[in-house]
Amino acid sequence: MSKNSKWKYGFFLGCVAPNRYPMIEASIRAVFDHLGAEILELEGASCCPAPGVFRAFHIPTWLVIAARNLTIAEELGIDVVTGCNGCYGTLRDAWVELNHEPELKKMINEHLAKIGREFKGSIEPKHVVQVLYQDLGIEYLRGFVKHKFKDLKVAVHYGCHIIKPSDKRPWGGEYEDPTFLDEIIEITGAKSINYKDKFQCCGAGGAVRTAVKEISADFSREKLENIRDAGADIIIDCCPFCHLQLDLGQMEANNFYKDIIGEPYKIPVIYVTQLLGLAFGIDPNLLGLMKNHDLQQVPPFISLEPFLEKVKNQLT
Amino acid sequence: MSDNVEKYIKRKVYKSTNSRIAQKFVDAGLEKLRACINCGTCTGGCPSGRRTAYRTRSVLRRALTGDESVLEDIGIWFCSTCYTCYERCPRGIPVTDMIIKLRNIAVEEGHILDPHFVLANKVFYVTGHGVPANGEGNQKWRDLRESYGLPPLPPTVHMHPEAVKECQELMKSVGFRDLLDKIEKQKEKEKLEAEKAEANKIEDKKKEKEKK
Ligand code: SF4
Ligand code: SF4
Repeated sequence: MSKNSKWKYGFFLGCVAPNRYPMIEASIRAVFDHLGAEILELEGASCCPAPGVFRAFHIPTWLVIAARNLTIAEELGIDVVTGCNGCYGTLRDAWVELNHEPELKKMINEHLAKIGREFKGSIEPKHVVQVLYQDLGIEYLRGFVKHKFKDLKVAVHYGCHIIKPSDKRPWGGEYEDPTFLDEIIEITGAKSINYKDKFQCCGAGGAVRTAVKEISADFSREKLENIRDAGADIIIDCCPFCHLQLDLGQMEANNFYKDIIGEPYKIPVIYVTQLLGLAFGIDPNLLGLMKNHDLQQVPPFISLEPFLEKVKNQLT
Repeated sequence: MSDNVEKYIKRKVYKSTNSRIAQKFVDAGLEKLRACINCGTCTGGCPSGRRTAYRTRSVLRRALTGDESVLEDIGIWFCSTCYTCYERCPRGIPVTDMIIKLRNIAVEEGHILDPHFVLANKVFYVTGHGVPANGEGNQKWRDLRESYGLPPLPPTVHMHPEAVKECQELMKSVGFRDLLDKIEKQKEKEKLEAEKAEANKIEDKKKEKEKK
């Protein structure tokens, strides 16, 4: 890793990636390192806190803990990068609100002062995909592509909070039909296919998954049906919680809705940096694509074998 | 808000009730809902409304008219916060934010589902994570991390006990600890009452049998 990289970020991990889907964390680290974008740890960061859950319980708690997380990066003087749509939603919404409402900022800082911290608003919270697309840029990424997939149909799932609310996001107000993630995916030679209700929510967020799993699983069932109908080989996403919902959620949909779905779903789910890393020629072991353990009941719940088998000969 | 506007809202919008709850709706800024023209666009694009009885427009309407029963409606927890309604509302109402505020009021009134309460009280408050990997039951998640070449615990609150304390300090400071304690007491009371009612039922049945 270059020590004087012009790109330097504090890596906000959140909860689901480090604690349930560590392959996602590993692949982000590997790809950023490969691209010469430096990552520093945000020591002692907590849950973002989750926007649909803790924000829905008590807004002041949500805001003050989010502000604390941002102060950790402010101390380092670098922007934050997160690979999770939920964390992105929280950190970005909190950042915008605190920077636009001086009274709110004052109130939050009174609380933060009790633990010797102050929110200044000096750094920007970014998404991994935002860094790839806006800071590094498509052309820069293209220069790293070593292998091109020749035959790979991908269903891209953006998720919600990377795009919306659009007035607090960096995509120029686009919310119905953005293309940034498809553009990134297509530099690998993979084809992003269109499918019905592509921008529909996965169903995990908003405390719904914790409230009633069957409802969450029905959101995913509908997405999976549309994705399968369109003939996708794999699903690509950019959020660990969507990832969980589309991976573990396939098992749940297969279980809750077995009478109506026909064949059980078994579509491999791959995180954006895992696919990019493969095209860049990074060792699949570093991208969390290979299983090196005998643990039971851990992800990925849907086998990646069919995907790895399919692309084996394309990566030459 | 100016006094006049406040009076107007209370008179026009919450006239059916002058309850404490209506005041809370006003304080939370739900008066923005007055701009709603009942077009139903929010409901129309709602992925949750496609599969549940939850209807965004109707929930907003009930909040606007001060109908307290909306706080106990489990439907308000079926919104996945996808922000489709927020983006599409022709009146520019930040619909999703309104639903979140409504949930805040519901929680304040003690209407929080058990799994949500446990998540807040026993997981988030205690560990600083919503989904933790520390503690005895989570060995396999630490092993999983190591299998991908990562340290068993991430450099988050998990590696910094003093950071957990900081978070708890903040949660006390903004009143979250008190709120959780209040709800815990309320839930315990409800549980005791339910047990009592159950015991009484069994007792009554016994007596009836004896009579026969
Ligand atoms: S979309 Fe907006 S104006 Fe239309 S019913 Fe919903 S809240 Fe009211
Ligand atoms: S944010 Fe909630 S209410 Fe609005 S469309 Fe999405 S699920 Fe429905």
